[in-house]
Amino acid sequence: MPVNYYIFLSAALFCIGIMGVLTRRNAIVIFMCVELMLNAVNLLLVAFSKMHHLRALATDAQTTVGTDAQLFVFFIMVVAAAEVSVGLAIIVMMYRNIHSVDVNFLNRLKH
Amino acid sequence: MMKLIYWVPLLPLLGFLVNGMGRRKLSKSAVSLIGCGTVLVSFLISILIFLEVKAPGFQAHPFELFPFIRAGNLNISFSFLVDQLSVLFLLIITGVGTLIHIYSTAYMKEEEGPHYARYFAYLNLFVFSMLLLVLGSNYVVMFMGWEGVGLCSYLLIGYWFKNGEYNDAAKKAFIMNRIGDLGFLLAIFWMIGQYGSVNFSDVFSRAPETSLTVVTGITLLLFIGATGKSAQIPLYTWLPDAMAGPTPVSALIHAATMVTAGIYMIARSNILFTLAPLSQHVVAVVGLVTALFAATIALKQNDIKKVLAYSTVSQLGYMFLGLGVGAYTGAVFHVMTHAFFKALLFLGAGSVIHAMHHEQDIRNMGGLRRYLPVTHLTFLIGCLAIAGIPPFSGFFSKDEILAAALVKSPLYYVFGVIGALMTAFYMFRLYALTFRGKFRGTHDQEHHLKESPSAMTVPLIVLAILAAVSGFLGVPEIFAPDAHWLHHFLSPIFEDSMQIAGPSMEMGHGTELALMFGVVAAIALVIVWAWRTYSRYEKSDAAETGLGKVLQDKWYVDEIYDAVVSRPLKSLSIFLDDVVERSGIDGIVNGVGRVVQYGSRQFRLLQSGQVGSYILIMVIATVLFFILQLFWKF
Repeated sequence: MPVNYYIFLSAALFCIGIMGVLTRRNAIVIFMCVELMLNAVNLLLVAFSKMHHLRALATDAQTTVGTDAQLFVFFIMVVAAAEVSVGLAIIVMMYRNIHSVDVNFLNRLKH
Repeated sequence: MMKLIYWVPLLPLLGFLVNGMGRRKLSKSAVSLIGCGTVLVSFLISILIFLEVKAPGFQAHPFELFPFIRAGNLNISFSFLVDQLSVLFLLIITGVGTLIHIYSTAYMKEEEGPHYARYFAYLNLFVFSMLLLVLGSNYVVMFMGWEGVGLCSYLLIGYWFKNGEYNDAAKKAFIMNRIGDLGFLLAIFWMIGQYGSVNFSDVFSRAPETSLTVVTGITLLLFIGATGKSAQIPLYTWLPDAMAGPTPVSALIHAATMVTAGIYMIARSNILFTLAPLSQHVVAVVGLVTALFAATIALKQNDIKKVLAYSTVSQLGYMFLGLGVGAYTGAVFHVMTHAFFKALLFLGAGSVIHAMHHEQDIRNMGGLRRYLPVTHLTFLIGCLAIAGIPPFSGFFSKDEILAAALVKSPLYYVFGVIGALMTAFYMFRLYALTFRGKFRGTHDQEHHLKESPSAMTVPLIVLAILAAVSGFLGVPEIFAPDAHWLHHFLSPIFEDSMQIAGPSMEMGHGTELALMFGVVAAIALVIVWAWRTYSRYEKSDAAETGLGKVLQDKWYVDEIYDAVVSRPLKSLSIFLDDVVERSGIDGIVNGVGRVVQYGSRQFRLLQSGQVGSYILIMVIATVLFFILQLFWKF
């Protein structure tokens, strides 16, 4: 499959994520949209990595060029999972304090 | 004996420090003892040094105290030069200075303790500065003394600092001097650039090799310095105002120190001036014009000290005329005789003022000869000396300058004689108004009139003797060949200049004698005229009119300076204050503040606290960067 498809797909996912962050007020939904953006980028990373790997294979069957990013994606996922746990904990704390997950209530820094 | 030279300036400095610091603790008699004693000991040491210098086979060489400034190739040492010229000035300064100190002990008796000590401390500092000035073996040490003298004149003229006018006079003296000092300073810099040294010996030996323009430039700048300190046109106006100080201070400024500094400096630099004929002409013309100009003003002044002040300016003009026509010995001779008779006249005036309880207007005096016999007699001798009646000292010195002027140009001579006639007139007008006729003051004043104490009359008598006989140090050749002692004494200083200038034309002895007697006769006539006119003076309220008023108002020079210099400067500063400072610079500073305040008030609105709006801005900015990146390749 041409790499263009992956680019368009991840661009679409990323835009969806941005629109979600911008338009929604629910902290959990915003959080999910942020994850969506993160994974759109992840997807793009894997796609480019695969593309480079295929290029390199054409000249040398034993090459490992382009495989490292595919591994790297797993690390990103692990970090993202850790981040999610922290983020969700924050949202829980927020709900406990103000009984809402609406981010528009979180404008106290202004004052 | 030469080793003692350090003590000559050091003693007055010590006196200054002790009196200045202990002014609250020392008793008045202790202060007087320290003040007079230090200067007296300096005078005695000066006599010893003088005897050594006078001895045959004396060779002048500088005494280095310590290296003063060292920068690159420039070495300026703090060193003294003792030779015939400086030792002569040492004697004048310390000798006349001692008499003035002694006189001051009586004149300033009514001052309170600390102020009395302050007065003597300043007086000692004044003498110290002047000694430093004449002892320095290079222009930098001379300049230090030069500045010190200016400072002390400021301090002493403004001695009664509670009077605003006196403070103004002090400031005027200081500022006028500063203008001149700038010329001197520039000359020093030029010398350093040109000769790489400020030592007299180096500068004088290298001067003949340099171009005429450079020497002319340096000498003209030096002369600007001299006009400031020695009160010549255009910087003379401070000297008459300097009368604000106590009278002994006026005597010190006018006779022994300060105003002779410019003469000394030019006499010291005689080789430079001889090499630059243009500068010599400038010096002579300025001196002559000042002599005449000041004499005309003195004709109509009514303040006893103002008359003397203008006569000083006029006599200094004669000295500059002498320097300008190459009669260096004559100029130094006149400095010496002038120091004696002008100190005498000022101290005499002080005695009169003392007796009259601070009355200075001669229209309110008259007939004082009955009450103040000693003052009267000594004052008369001073007047005869300054008018140039033989055998008093002024005759010899003034005659020498006039003779040299005649050799240079008859025009100088004619104007010089006119000035001398005016001198005789105003001095005897002053004398007759003060001592002759009948008393015109109040009864109260008349009741209290009595001769001053001996601390004041003894210096007067000593000075009167000096003023009467000191002229015989320079008897003209026509009376007795080789009788001009001063000429021989000073010849090592001026011999190089004489060689450069070449032999001057000699007048026939017959002409010289005829002119001399003619002038003396004319002066005698003028004296009789002034004497007769003003002995019969009656006080009248009629104001002066026409030329008399112009002269009384000093040719309006102060007003002209005010209009030409002071007022434009003042309006310029008002303009700078109102427009540039307040509107311009303040506007910029306040404007920056206002812009920042306004801007921050507007930017504050962006901080809405809405997380969504922050993210929106972030996204828009990112998109903008993408678009920018599309159109511009960095």
